[in-house]
Amino acid sequence: MNALKKLFGGNTRQFGMIFALVALIVFFEIFTEGRTLTPGNVINLFNGNSYILILAIGMVLVIIAGHIDLSVGSVAAFVGVCVAIFIRDWGIPWYLGVLLGLLLGVAIGAWQGFWVAYVGIPAFIVTLSGMLIFRGANQFVGKSNTIPVPGDFQFIGSGYLPEVGPKTGYNNLTLVLGLLAVAYVIYSEVRSRRNAKELGAEVPEAWISILKLVLVCGAILYATYLFATGRPGTSFPIPGLILAVLILIYGFISSKTVIGRHIYAVGGNRHAAELSGVQSKKVNFLVMMNMSLLAGLAGMIFVGRSTASGPFDGVGWELDAIAAVFIGGAAVTGGVGTVIGSIIGGLVMAVLNNGLQLLGVGADLTQIIKGLVLLIAVAFDVYNKSQGKRSVVGMLMKNFSRSNEIKADETTSTKEVISKGA
Amino acid sequence: MTSLNTHSEPLILEMRSITKEFPGVKALADVSLRVKAGEIHAICGENGAGKSTLMKVLSGVYPYGTYTGDIVYQNEVQEFKDIRASEHAGIVIIHQELALIPELSIMENIFLGNEPTKRGVIDWNEARLRSTELLARVGLREDPDTPVKEIGVGKQQLVEIAKALNKSVKLLILDEPTAALNESDSQHLLDLMLGLKGRGITSIIISHKLNEIEQIADEITIIRDGKSIETLNVKADGVDEDRIIKGMVGRTLESRFPDHEPKIGEVLFEVKNWNVGHPQIQDRLVCKNSSFFVRRGEIVGFAGLMGAGRTELARSVFGRSYGRFISGHVYKEGKELQLRSVKQAIDAGLGYVTEDRKSLGLNLLDDIKATTVSANLRKISKHFVVDANKEYAVAEEYRKSLRTKTPSVEEGVAKLSGGNQQKVVLAKWMFTDPDVLILDEPTRGIDVGAKYEIYGIIQRLANQGKAVIVISSELPELLGLSDRIYTIFEGAITGVLDKDQASQESLMKLMTSARKTA
Repeated sequence: MNALKKLFGGNTRQFGMIFALVALIVFFEIFTEGRTLTPGNVINLFNGNSYILILAIGMVLVIIAGHIDLSVGSVAAFVGVCVAIFIRDWGIPWYLGVLLGLLLGVAIGAWQGFWVAYVGIPAFIVTLSGMLIFRGANQFVGKSNTIPVPGDFQFIGSGYLPEVGPKTGYNNLTLVLGLLAVAYVIYSEVRSRRNAKELGAEVPEAWISILKLVLVCGAILYATYLFATGRPGTSFPIPGLILAVLILIYGFISSKTVIGRHIYAVGGNRHAAELSGVQSKKVNFLVMMNMSLLAGLAGMIFVGRSTASGPFDGVGWELDAIAAVFIGGAAVTGGVGTVIGSIIGGLVMAVLNNGLQLLGVGADLTQIIKGLVLLIAVAFDVYNKSQGKRSVVGMLMKNFSRSNEIKADETTSTKEVISKGA
Repeated sequence: MTSLNTHSEPLILEMRSITKEFPGVKALADVSLRVKAGEIHAICGENGAGKSTLMKVLSGVYPYGTYTGDIVYQNEVQEFKDIRASEHAGIVIIHQELALIPELSIMENIFLGNEPTKRGVIDWNEARLRSTELLARVGLREDPDTPVKEIGVGKQQLVEIAKALNKSVKLLILDEPTAALNESDSQHLLDLMLGLKGRGITSIIISHKLNEIEQIADEITIIRDGKSIETLNVKADGVDEDRIIKGMVGRTLESRFPDHEPKIGEVLFEVKNWNVGHPQIQDRLVCKNSSFFVRRGEIVGFAGLMGAGRTELARSVFGRSYGRFISGHVYKEGKELQLRSVKQAIDAGLGYVTEDRKSLGLNLLDDIKATTVSANLRKISKHFVVDANKEYAVAEEYRKSLRTKTPSVEEGVAKLSGGNQQKVVLAKWMFTDPDVLILDEPTRGIDVGAKYEIYGIIQRLANQGKAVIVISSELPELLGLSDRIYTIFEGAITGVLDKDQASQESLMKLMTSARKTA
């Protein structure tokens, strides 16, 4: 068990979730008699969930900073309908439409970020209001009609990597992408080992690295194979490609950049962050703005996939995205969470949905099961946290020392310590 | 024991050999307190001497069984299991932080938890009648329907007392009742206490304002380092402020400081005519026209009782991170600085190690290396990307030079002991390489060994030519560490003493009165 943990890094919830994801896939693969891991189904699964996963990326940053965003479904729908109207009425090309959509997302995010960061209204209230405002705006602007989008715009929601190069029987671009991913994974593992050695930090044992690489690369290659061998005309989907790029960008931002550090700092202890020179208002503003930007993007992808914008697009998305983030290990109190964890959390929900559908389970039961999974995932984590560090006796002792610490804050107990020591 | 009571007045309360231990710390050791019926009894002692702990034992916050010794109240040994039990017996404690609900009216607050009812329904007519009467008794002319948030702190204190009177109080305990009040409100409160005494209500008052104690108290019990030192009769013993101070600080000063030869240079940092308003209360000033300076290589101490405005001064200078800035100037190396945000303050070469490590100084979710670099990410970043290798190297360097005890710099800061946490916080500010470093209670809650090491670090920083400011509630610490000490009382700087002039008595005198010496 310890070795397994080392394999996937420290976070127990993330480790648990990867394990659960694999177990779920195996379970459904067996009980659907092989219908889960077919090229068609996997492509479908990615296409049908990419917009939720994109929302989860933005949502995890919002939740790390200690907020929540309930408006994402409505914002997505509003941006979707606006872009559809821009393209239909102004005759602009699809890429200009996408650009305008992103700008609209930024503007909406700035509106919500302003209220949260600079006026100091809780994000729950601001985005609850946003949920109503932008749902209404979607139906007002679109007159509650569906508005179709042209074929070239549909590409971002339902397109695939094109066929290029020699006929190999596979989709060549998908193969190239898969191999690039494998190369990157190997390179980064080698580099991190080298760095650790140079710094004199703990270097994981060689067999752990190798086993990890074999498992991860195996998974990537198998996925590549599935995507590359779909029915003619399909391959790795464009929404999946957008998602992959976003995961890389946001994974990098959250873990490696100054602004990423600041987001965690503000969510972890806002006062300490401010007294360390972090401009927490700016951080909160950017996080909220970014969420609406991604919501706009998700909305456009959904419109592209369903070939038209409608008055009920995006209903309930906020809840799916929030669930994905919490299953993926984020804390309600802020300061904790990862982009990759949220993606895994989202995939758990997606696979569950998909597998139950394949088994012919109704939507009613599916909802019940998803609700229970969310509860159990978080309960498991809470249980782990309370167990992980201390025994029951340790917990009791902790309570005692806690009351002592509180006392120490009220008065200077140092002197008492000295008088005891002297 | 009772036979030792030579005075004729009967005792209302006797606390016999109270000992209260927390794991590793003896907060109270064999403390005795004898309070006569109908008197005003003051308890004096330095911060942390154990006054509040003693009152918490008395009022049942620490229930029977968690301490040893007896509480004899009205000639019976009491076993209070919670505050309700002690209140039922007529003991009411009014804390420094008032326990009123701001949104509720005066009347609703007075009867909170004690509502007059008729067949289970609150009888508001009865409540209004009685609250009008209670307000008259405490001399508060306000409509009982006024929300508590709309009246000042002084009047809120009176509401608290009215609430206590409604519970037919026999022994009233006031913990620092005038700390937040202005002069006239304080005087009104003291007069009220004398009035209550006339009606036969016994009071215990805890206060740092010795002039007030001298004015109203009949007897004074002095507590020091968790022990009851003496009980003085104000009239019979001819007690004055100096006598009380002597009792409070009279203890030997051990040598707990590394040897240090100061290398003091020219004035590096100066603050002039600094005025700052309270963040919430409109007319209250937390810093009153304060001016001070620190020289290169100098360690300057700031002495003051809790709530005197030391932290408020430091934080308002540090990028206006506390209160409403009103006026004042900050100079470094003779040039005036504009410090409107913490970021500007850090960029200008200031550092501030916070008083409350856990709630203000650390993100307890972070590990050591992330904390170490958190105030100066720019130094280890290129194009806004943090260089993880440099981060690790920097954290390692400070772990070694400050001798932080931890298995690795990837350990979470929450798992460290207080002393090691403080070293990480110091590392964080040392990494910003400040010219002026303010340390607010740098050794609070830290054991003796770690203290010694932290003193050494502070001295090293001064020797590097930095201007160091140390705020501390512990006078021995300030006397041992500082080259010069400023005293603060009620937001104003009341004096400055050189190391060789300063003593605990002289400091305590300046810390407890508004007399201007400089």
